Amino acid sequence: MNVQQETSFLHAVPEGVSIKVTVRDIDVFYGDKQALYGIDLDVPERQVTALIGPSGCGKSTFLRCINRMNDVIDGCRTSGMIEMDGQNIVDKSVDVVSLRRRVGMVFQKANPFPKSIYDNVAYGPRIHGLAANKGALDEIVINSLGRAGLWEEVKDRLQAPGTGLSGGQQQRLCIARAIAVSPEVILMDEPCSALDPIATAKIEELIDDLRENYTIVMVTHSMQQAARVSQTTAFFHLGELVEKGDTSKIFTTPEDDRTKAYITGRIG
Amino acid sequence: MVKEHIVKSFDNELDNMETIIAEMGGVAEQQLARAIESLVRRDAELAEQVIADDAQLDRMELDLDAQAMILLALRQPMAEDLRAVIAGLKTASNLERIGDYAKNVAKRAITLVQSEPVGGASRTISRMAELVRGMINNVLDAYMERDSDKAADVRARDKEVDQLHTSLFRELLTYMMEDPRNITPCTHLLFIAKNIERMGDHATNIAEYVHFIAHGEIPMDERPKGDKTSETIVEPDMR
Repeated sequence: MNVQQETSFLHAVPEGVSIKVTVRDIDVFYGDKQALYGIDLDVPERQVTALIGPSGCGKSTFLRCINRMNDVIDGCRTSGMIEMDGQNIVDKSVDVVSLRRRVGMVFQKANPFPKSIYDNVAYGPRIHGLAANKGALDEIVINSLGRAGLWEEVKDRLQAPGTGLSGGQQQRLCIARAIAVSPEVILMDEPCSALDPIATAKIEELIDDLRENYTIVMVTHSMQQAARVSQTTAFFHLGELVEKGDTSKIFTTPEDDRTKAYITGRIG
Repeated sequence: MVKEHIVKSFDNELDNMETIIAEMGGVAEQQLARAIESLVRRDAELAEQVIADDAQLDRMELDLDAQAMILLALRQPMAEDLRAVIAGLKTASNLERIGDYAKNVAKRAITLVQSEPVGGASRTISRMAELVRGMINNVLDAYMERDSDKAADVRARDKEVDQLHTSLFRELLTYMMEDPRNITPCTHLLFIAKNIERMGDHATNIAEYVHFIAHGEIPMDERPKGDKTSETIVEPDMR
């Protein structure tokens, strides 16, 4: 356990932690149906924030607000403010392509491109023009695979197809692909739900390393996982953000009855 | 929290832990009552029985530890459930200690049969023990009902026990000064009084765990204290 986690047991917002993403009064509608109701949340920089809650509670919808992934869904409307470094990213004028470079995403099921391992990681830097030459691109690919904890396993077969890797390796490849474009925030939507416990442990260890450089927001159905990897936890229920706080507090002494019922596995 | 778990066997396992604690509380209370009875009635046979029965509490604690460990490993309890398991472990260990003290009282009761009764000391000891027995009984009720107000009441009553202990301490010192032949029995009675006072402290600990289960923290205010024995001096001319 690191020092920050220990002190955060005592303080609601640990001292010396700045806020990377400020969310205020976010409403989301799918057509006539309202999916999120006035969400307020401060996402601490270089920490892991876990979003938990029953299926259909709106946690994935909320996650997708942070990189405007909901834009691709017909009839989906979002209002409110999500501020990242002084800019309201909900605003229509925001360039979503550059936003998604700053806010990367890892999905539930590993989805490598049907390309080589190398090209999977090089894809983002190429389209965003982040590498001046082949040497620079090589460096990005090696670094990203290294940070994703995959380099040692794939360094001798970079030209092999990404889809030929194991499930856990594919997910780490997707993480390498996400960090290759140097994002500031990484969104993860149940990144381990299709993995076995060993592959899960590797991803969790990786997430713990990644938060040195990135702000991570993760949706998970596993409360133990939220407890293991996050510093802040937010509990969603029926489109509302019911309770948020230090992970240690949420799992030992939650305040709202709905949170208590959910995390103790009671009939809510 | 009154709602049931979705997984019913989880409720059963938590209930099993509660049942063991309730039983341990009953045995601890009875052990104290019988130890004091053996002292007052100078009944060595009963005292022997108390000593033998202590093993029962030890076994129950081991049983509870095993169940708690399995529950932690297999259910990974959270929030109030987690607090209940942690508090359950600590409560069982406090009840086991209460049993040890009762056993110690019984051992000394056997020794005391061999000397003359001393003044009215055993009456004061009985009163003190009765108070502590009531505390154990009530704190177990509070525990089962998750009633932190009831627990706070028990916690407050420990002061009376401490005060009785202090006055008994003075009383026994006085007897010793009156007649050196009282020194041996009075020394045993002093230890008995101390044992009972310690049982009160353990009941107070349990009261704090009840608060912990309900609120997630140990009461922050200082414990009511009335034990002044550590600073008590009885001069010969004070008789």
